Amino acid sequence: MLSLIGILIVVAGFALRLNPLLVVTAAGISTGLVSGRGPVEVVGLFGKAFIESRYVAIVWLVLPVIGMLERAGLKERAHETIGRIQAATAGRVLLAYLAIRQATAAMGLVSLGGHAQMVRPLVAPMAEGAAEHSFGTIDDDTRATIRANAAAVDNIGVFFGEDIFIAIGSILLIKGFLEQNGIVVEPAQLARWAIPTAVCAFVVHGVRLMLLDQKLARTAGRANAANATPSTNA
Amino acid sequence: MIKLEFIYVLMGLMLAGVAIINVRDAKNPRRYVNAAFWGIYAVTFLVGSYLPDVVNGSLVIVMVLVASIGKLGQGVTPTTSRDERVASAKRWGNKLYIPVLLVPICTLIGSTYLKGVMFNGTPLIEPKQITVIALGISTLIALTVGVLMLRPPVLSPLLESRRLMDSVGWAAVLPQSLAALGAVFAAAGVGQVIARLASDYLPLGTPLAAVAAYAVGMALFTIIMGNAFAAFPVMTAGIGLPLVVNQFGGDVVVVSAVGMLSGFCGTLMTPMAANFNIVPAALLELKDKYAVIKVQLPTGLILLLANITIMYLFAFKRA
Repeated sequence: MLSLIGILIVVAGFALRLNPLLVVTAAGISTGLVSGRGPVEVVGLFGKAFIESRYVAIVWLVLPVIGMLERAGLKERAHETIGRIQAATAGRVLLAYLAIRQATAAMGLVSLGGHAQMVRPLVAPMAEGAAEHSFGTIDDDTRATIRANAAAVDNIGVFFGEDIFIAIGSILLIKGFLEQNGIVVEPAQLARWAIPTAVCAFVVHGVRLMLLDQKLARTAGRANAANATPSTNA
Repeated sequence: MIKLEFIYVLMGLMLAGVAIINVRDAKNPRRYVNAAFWGIYAVTFLVGSYLPDVVNGSLVIVMVLVASIGKLGQGVTPTTSRDERVASAKRWGNKLYIPVLLVPICTLIGSTYLKGVMFNGTPLIEPKQITVIALGISTLIALTVGVLMLRPPVLSPLLESRRLMDSVGWAAVLPQSLAALGAVFAAAGVGQVIARLASDYLPLGTPLAAVAAYAVGMALFTIIMGNAFAAFPVMTAGIGLPLVVNQFGGDVVVVSAVGMLSGFCGTLMTPMAANFNIVPAALLELKDKYAVIKVQLPTGLILLLANITIMYLFAFKRA
């Protein structure tokens, strides 16, 4: 039971809004110490796992490319491109990306996406651009809402698309785990049962994106009304 | 053979560049804090593979203290004005998309077609890490194409990386710290304790209750660990197989496939899945670091309910 102290630290730390990096490190060190290991061993265990997971950081190598292109007007171009499509709204742009991300992930093409590679340089600027074309200027809160939605679409698309592909990590993990327990299953059977949830994910989140458009229209309407009031009084 | 180590050296060099630019930026009052943070991070990439574990662990702890007590700041990067960007966007048009799209396309081609390629009897690329290596090489290709096309000032890609890395800040390191936490949790047997608590205290008397407990358990445990892959073996061995499959006769394929997807619902709802939820908030320069989770929360909850329904409807054969 004592080993649950780490979870307690994490929950308390996040609730108190302490620096997550500090919270996670403190939780790791304390869990290691209460499990009866010496400080040197615990710090070593932590260091080893940190070094072994360096591969998750490789995505940052894309930043010089993105930065250089943003300097040359990539976001402005994305804004311009989307402005030519009359029917484009923030919600519809994101819905299209959700469909593409889910469909490509289902074919195993999970690297055709990602927050650094696609969302920051392309998807978010296009969605923001579409909103600006619909409502004129948008305020910072609206911009933040659209960006957060763009990031969420990337996650939802890949999570509920990739499992339809038979050679993806999670399917292989399930197969391997069941084999250890003496049950043999085919990856294709597992992948087939990812389809109902994938359909639900697209429908549920698609509806929410359409509601996002309505919400944006309401906020924009209020902002315009607020701007208009002083001028009528003057 | 191209190994992962090569990509790590590239990453280390970029981070070292970010640290040096920071230290030379006299206008940023936090320049030494920033430089120390990115500098130590660079060391873990450049020589981390050769250092003893305890030294690496100590470096990580120093980095965490620098970031949490020292507080990282953000300097001002000399960059283009809005008018210059609009003019440049007009000039280059859709060609600006080429380098961006090269990254995913080359990663895809590299990880698909270079898998079996041999050079002097050894694989050209370390096979186990092919996607990560392909991503690293693709960024180099895209950078080269971009530089040749746009001919920006020599240091500008590095200056821009520093702008972006500083805006991401400590969140860049969080996914690795969480992986380290996961390793300590696994070594201390945290998962087994939770599975025992769940099977001891949850009401599991009917098929529906067992299905709900397994799916919600997968989501909750994923919320704690930040990773459905860590939750799956523990929860499936604790509730999925013994109760839903063996006791109530649930179909093992449906139960395990939908169980994993219930874990993914948890991933949508937790700051512990930092690379999906916290890092993008930093990358998109959102003030609220939980903004992405807040958007995903309703979808995650509805899909969890959907998963329970799907598992309950299809896992049990009707007589």
